[in-house]
Amino acid sequence: MKPEAYEEKQLEVEGWPLRLTSYKLGVVFYCQADNVSPGATLVRETGSSREEAELKALEVARRRLSRTHRHRV
Amino acid sequence: MTTYAHPEVLVTTSWLAEHLRDLKLRLVEVDVDVLAYGQGHIPGAIAWSWSTQLADQVRRDILPQAEFENLLANSGISNDSTLVLYGDNNNWFAAWAFWQAKIYGHRDVRILDGGRKKWLAEGRDLTTEVPSYLRASYRASAPDLCIRAFLPQVQEQSRNRLPLVDVRSPQEFAGEIVAPPGLPETAQRGGHIPSARNIPWGKAANDDGTFKSYDELKALYGDEGIDGTRPIITYCRIGERSSHSWFVLKYLLGYQNVSNYDGSWTEWGNLVGAPVEKGASGRSARAA
Repeated sequence: MKPEAYEEKQLEVEGWPLRLTSYKLGVVFYCQADNVSPGATLVRETGSSREEAELKALEVARRRLSRTHRHRV
Repeated sequence: MTTYAHPEVLVTTSWLAEHLRDLKLRLVEVDVDVLAYGQGHIPGAIAWSWSTQLADQVRRDILPQAEFENLLANSGISNDSTLVLYGDNNNWFAAWAFWQAKIYGHRDVRILDGGRKKWLAEGRDLTTEVPSYLRASYRASAPDLCIRAFLPQVQEQSRNRLPLVDVRSPQEFAGEIVAPPGLPETAQRGGHIPSARNIPWGKAANDDGTFKSYDELKALYGDEGIDGTRPIITYCRIGERSSHSWFVLKYLLGYQNVSNYDGSWTEWGNLVGAPVEKGASGRSARAA
């Protein structure tokens, strides 16, 4: 099988950059969300459409990013 | 354009596609995201987990020599195999595996330039079939500790103001955050090791995940005074991001004396009494 419709988009969530990488394998869409710097995966979700996979990933990523504590320097 | 000092340690996606059936080649995927492999990987690739197969499971350490030998033998890798490593996130953890393979003296180990990202973006073949290989015979060399830095060396390097490259994000370097966004904090204090320069690891990669050119890399590090004329130590939070920068400095730029401090910030930032600098420019602060 070959991955199709590979796409990356970057957005800001809870004040942090977030990257959503999605592609289709067979009939399933995969979406991986990472924190851009350093790019650690926060969640990987699947869906029957890109939008569904992205929304599911976004929800979990938002929850995780909201817990990041900024310290005073 | 100048070529890399050791271009033989990289393979392109097209080279790999043509050599997937080579009997001497063993392909291993090492990801940050351990679920990625199961959802589709390059045909013939096996997977190593960075957290369970590339680390001692009792004490904090890399794999002991006997376990490294066992891992490679069980993966069908012998001493004369061409080991090609690739992974997600610009080969972050593939570089970690490369570093360990070099510690134990594997001669022919290479990285797929662009890693999993480029392979997917190019729409190349994937499979969910997990291959099995006959157990091979593997004998590792005694660990080469010239490429691994331990705390006393790092302390001396910092005291002598010799090159320390902190490859974390600017926010981690400054102490604004103690761990990357969305990940648990794993140190008691934020900031960086005194005298360190901040050159985030991702700056060494292009948007497609491939490594930047020799000239771009030389300028990236040279602008911060890292030119290979003095010993260099790289570090990050747990030593993986910094193995990527170590790879760049050692193999792409060809600097002789480069070591990776895998204790990194989770060691230094938890040490009682260790000096810490905060802020982008390195403002001194008390450790506690």
